[in-house]
Parts: sequence; structure tokens; C-alpha cells
Amino acid sequence: MKLSGAEIVIECLKQEGVDIVFGYPGGVVIPTYDVIQRTTGLKHILVRHEQGATHMADGYARATGKPGVVLVSSGPGATNTVTGIATAYMDSIPMIVITGQVPVHLIGNDAFQESDTVGITRPITKHNFLIKETEDIAQVFAEAFHIATTGRPGPVLIDVPKDVQIGEAEFSYPERPDIRGYKPRTEGHPKQIRKAAEMLTSARKPVIYVGGGAIISEASEEIRTLSRKLNAPVTTTLMGLGAYPENDPLSLKMLGMHGTWYANTAVMMCDLLVCIGARFDDRVTGKLEDFSPNSKKIHIDIDPSSLNKNVRVDLPIVGDVKQVLQQLIPLVERADTAEWLQQIEEWKRDHPLTYANTIGLHEEGLEGVDRETVEKETDQFPLCAQYAIERIGQLTKGEAFVVTDVGQHQMWAAQWYGFSNPRSMITSGGLGTMGFGLPAAIGAQFAFPDRDVIVFSGDGSIQMNIQEMATAVACDLPIKIVLLNNGYLGMVRQWQELFYAQRYSEVDLRDSNPDFVKLAEAYGAVGIRVFKDEDVEGAWLEACKVKDRPVMLDMVIAEEGNVYPMIPAGAASHEMIEE
Amino acid sequence: MARHTISMVVENRFGVLARISGLFSGRGFNIDSIAVGEAAEPGTARMTIVTQGDEMIIEQIIKQLNRLVDVIRVVDLTGENFINRELALIKVNASQATRQELVQIADIFKAKIVDINQKTIMLEATGNEDKIDAVISMVRPFGVREIARTGRVALARESTSKDTPSPEAPLPVWERERKQITADLA
Repeated sequence: MKLSGAEIVIECLKQEGVDIVFGYPGGVVIPTYDVIQRTTGLKHILVRHEQGATHMADGYARATGKPGVVLVSSGPGATNTVTGIATAYMDSIPMIVITGQVPVHLIGNDAFQESDTVGITRPITKHNFLIKETEDIAQVFAEAFHIATTGRPGPVLIDVPKDVQIGEAEFSYPERPDIRGYKPRTEGHPKQIRKAAEMLTSARKPVIYVGGGAIISEASEEIRTLSRKLNAPVTTTLMGLGAYPENDPLSLKMLGMHGTWYANTAVMMCDLLVCIGARFDDRVTGKLEDFSPNSKKIHIDIDPSSLNKNVRVDLPIVGDVKQVLQQLIPLVERADTAEWLQQIEEWKRDHPLTYANTIGLHEEGLEGVDRETVEKETDQFPLCAQYAIERIGQLTKGEAFVVTDVGQHQMWAAQWYGFSNPRSMITSGGLGTMGFGLPAAIGAQFAFPDRDVIVFSGDGSIQMNIQEMATAVACDLPIKIVLLNNGYLGMVRQWQELFYAQRYSEVDLRDSNPDFVKLAEAYGAVGIRVFKDEDVEGAWLEACKVKDRPVMLDMVIAEEGNVYPMIPAGAASHEMIEE
Repeated sequence: MARHTISMVVENRFGVLARISGLFSGRGFNIDSIAVGEAAEPGTARMTIVTQGDEMIIEQIIKQLNRLVDVIRVVDLTGENFINRELALIKVNASQATRQELVQIADIFKAKIVDINQKTIMLEATGNEDKIDAVISMVRPFGVREIARTGRVALARESTSKDTPSPEAPLPVWERERKQITADLA
């Protein structure tokens, strides 16, 4: 039996096990939307802006590991997806973006709502396709899903002209396609693995440095086993948060620009650095020449181009992180690291993460809040962002999905929430996309309707995709938005304060910000304003009572708080500013 | 920074050249020359790119090219035993007085005369880059009007040793000439 192109598109999605699509209709995708309105078993979420759709699909993919699917129209519909696609590309997130295109005979004619979508998205997709015949749809979809989800995952875009959606063809879904130019290697080379085992076992001061690749490959268990077996400390990147439990004694927490003093120092002083599914990003290495100068380096990554890109390593291993670790672990023996771990304990004791709030200096691991002191001093101190995050981390036992936007609140969330589960931190690491948080949280909440999904955002970021409040309200999603509102574009302000002699340029939002409580209410969500540290818990519990719509907690924090520690951009880790 | 000749087999479909040139420009790699044409396997094309960079950059270029789904195989021929050729069409001023001399130059370089009229002649020269440069420098004093040069095309020889080319492999011009001279002398 012949099906229309639009029907084939939907059939392909079903064949791939897709049950949710985030999209926005428009002229040239009406044929596909006509099929959607009579399709069962495939939920379509109507967003308010195509960028929102891409971040939702992205958040869904990060929470589940399954590809997120987006459906939009041509021209502006397609160009609006660009930021979301680039965000997913930088963080290796599997995503399928289906864009409508003007009919084949009009392509290149500057037709209404035409854009060269394949051309525009070529450098920000893992691969992209323009389908010119209805008969090709099934093959292209099978290849697209295969490419998006295997090897180093990434977004794949499929451009489908209107007449291709209308045309008819026989439908049969191909088996796993064999693409001659695409053969990702997942198994590590045995010789390299034997060498790695020798290096690991003989190290005295090893550090395991874990990135987002470990999350994607679901290798947390293997990393735990490796670090225990070796007795070696573990630090994670922003993208790797959750791959190793931060309450474990061997955890060094996050490294890099806003990482812990002891993680960066351990990396600087170690004799063996094992990079697992990370890519020596500039936010991690700082000044390359001074990065971990005395260590041998092992790098395990599925993408050969990540190896020897920024840092020359002594032993590169191409392969899927989980598979390589499974090969490696049996060959490794306990290393003699007692002295090193003792040194690290001292560093942790002498240089803990800290923040000052109403009850004075707060250090990580400090239990409980002294209520009396709080009450005495809250009038003089505004609400402390780090405290709010840490408290919410305790109240949710570190088990919520934490979704962030980009800026100071993102770094504070990374430092203070307390991550212990993979996939629990959903954040735009590579591209650093403000406006990612709310829509990504919507995607995560759809994937896990019964789990807590928290967005930590700022007053700058939240306004970049605030329209998706309407989507969240329409879908009754109980997302908790913790808005850390300092009236500034805080991270830029911090840089201007520290490196540009406090010459604040275009970072002040104080007079122009809307009333976020009223804004939430206008959308049909709940708004709660919080002024004091002592009110954080109450407000959170209040928010948790709401089960059928989002809650915006407008937390009014200090205007000029900074994120510390900080390694200035391009500096070496010994140039860290502690406060 | 050494020059490298990178040869690859790619899917012969629209957009592939844009993917590859976009990769070079997007990542700040150089392209000195690029040549594309159909390859032996059906549906594939061979692309030869001459580029520059230190060891780490060349390694990145090759890895990044390999990452493209439409790229089937990539080899850096530099350091291997390979044949490389360019073709040039050169239009030179030629009066009655200078024509004979130009014909002699063409002869020395085994260049063909492919067009001739009262004022100009056009030479077709084939060879490696040095040879083409030499031809051009020799005819430049006569007044070069236009030049069209292809990028470099290259193929690895089948033989593993640099000294013993397999009999099927075409000999480079210079070696052929040397053999010709030896034969003539004999």
C-alpha cells in the first residue's frame, strides 16, 4: 500500500520508538501536521517558539538518553532552531530535527519562507539531509536516527520539501543502515588498554577526570569501580556532574574555571591524568602550557578527533567509554596512592568551597542552620544564592533533575547542589546557551512526569525563553523555577568588576525587570517571592504542593555576589582567585 | 609548516564539497589547492587537497575529515610513495619572431601546443607543481596573458618500496624522460 510522504515521516518516527515530538506548524509542514492530528501513540507538544522546541527535545534526550525529536516549518521556523541545534551539537546530544522546506521546484528561487536550511545547519549538525523524493524518506530517517544515536551522538537535521510530504510511495522501514563513510569504533585497542593498565597501576598521584562522555555512555558504575579498585580520586567537568557521587570521599567535585581549589590543584600536581569522555576544553585547562605539567596523560574518547586536539596525550584510546573501562578494569591493580590521598584530604580541609551568608562563613559539609543567628542578622543580609541551592539540594536529597540556564546561577548550582546521579544535571556546557533552562526542563519533565525537575535560572536567562511558560502551563507541568534574581547579567558583571575595574557596561536589569511573581501568575503559573535565607525551605515546600502547573520562586539575592573560586580566562590553575 | 597532500574518497553527491570546504574554513585550516573528480568506485569521487600545518593540525584535519559521514576514506600521502600531477593551460603572447622559441620551450617540458593564432599560443603542461612553475617562469618573459591551473591530483603507488615502482604504475615524467634519454643513447 502506498503512503503519503507525511504519513511515512510519522511511520518512521513510530518505527524508531519515538513517542513525543516538540514542534510548531507552518505553511510547508501542514501536510505532516494533518497526519499528526489523526495519529495515536505519538504526542505532539505545541511550543511557543521553535528554539524552545529544540531545547525541549534536548532536555528530553539528556534526561533519557533517547533522541529528542523536533518538527518545524521552513524559513524562520528552521532558522529559529539554529541555537538549539548548536547547543545539542556542542554537548553531543542525540536529536532529530525535521524541517519543512518549500517544494523542490521552488528551491533556490527565494520562495516565501525559503532558507537554505541544510547550508545553514551544516556546521552545527552531525549530519544533515535534504530529501528530494518521497521514496527516499524511510532510508534517510533510518540513517538519520542511526547517525544521531551512535558513536559520539549529535543532532541530525532532515529537510523535507512540501511536495515530498504530499507525494506517495511504498513504505517499508529499512534495517539498521550500513553507511560506508560512518563506522564508529566502540571497542578499545587491547594493546593500548594493557598499556593504560600498567600506567594506572604504577601511578602514585593519579587523578581521574570525567566528562559528559561518561554520562552519554552510561559508565558511572565502571568509573566508580575503577576509582575504588585503584584508590584514585575523581573530578568531573560541568558536563560530567553526576557521573561520580560528590559525597564520595574520593570525589574532588568539579574542576575548571569555577571548580574546587583542590580539584584544580590535584590536576596540577598529579603524575597521571586519566581523561574519560572529556575533551580538555579551555574552561577546564585554562592556560594550556601550564595545564597539569608533570603528568602522563591517558585519554579515552569515542571521537578520535577529540584526542590530541588541545593537549598532547601519552596514551590515546579510541572507544566507547563504558566498553573501554570494562576492558580495562580487570587488568588494573590497586595503586599505591595513600600519601596522595592524604595530601588531597589536607587540601580539602584547607580550601573547601565556601560562601558567606546570614550566619557567617559557610563551608561545604556544614550541617544545619543556626536559626537564632539567622533571625538576628537577616535584616542586614540579602538572600544567599549558594545557600538556596544547597538547601534545595538537601531537601531533594540530590535526586531531582537540575536544569540550569547559563551564568552565575549555573556555576553556583554546579558547586552547591550536590550531584550523585548521572543525567541529573542538565545544562548547556559547550555553547553556554542562555534560555536553555526552562524549555529543557519541560523536556525532562515530559520524560519523567513523577520526578522533581528544578530550573535554576537568572533574571537575564529566564527572559530568553520565557514564552515557554505558556507551554508548561498548557501541559500542567509542575516544574519548579528557582529564579536567582540579582537584577544584573551577573556573570558579565562579575568579569567587569574583576577585570574591567568595575566599569559596568549594559549589565543592569534592575529597573527594567518585570515583576516575576506577577509574570508567572499572568501565565497561569504560581509565583512566590523569597527574600530571606530562612524562607527558602518554606517556599520550596510550598512549591512542592503544586502538582499541576509550574511554580516560579523569585529569589531576590545579593546584587553583586560573585562566583568563587575562579581561574580567570586563559590563566593557569595556580592563578586561582579564592575570594 | 609542511605542505601535505591529502587524498580522500567521498560520496559523490551534492553538498559534499561544501561540507569539506566548510570544515576547513570553520576550523581555520588552510586549503592551498583542491581537485575533485569521479573515482573508481561507483557513486564516489576522489578529492585531493593540498594543505599546510604542523603535525597536530594535520592530525586534526584528517580526523575531522574522517568524522564527516560523506567521507569514506582519507589518507595523507605526504611521506608516502605517490604520484602527483597538475595541469595548466597557459596563453602566451607569440609573434612570428618569438613563436619558434616558445615551441622549443614547450618541447623541452613536453608541453602541448593546443591553440595558436597570429598573436598568441596556448600551452598545455602537465606535471608536478615544480614543473608547472618552471614552464610558467620560462614563458613569462614573452608575456603571459592568462593561466588556468588545476589543483594537484595524486595517487599512492601500489608498490611498498620507494625505489621499486610497480610496472602498472605510471612513471613520473622525469623518470620517463630519463629512461627515454638512456634508450636514445643506447
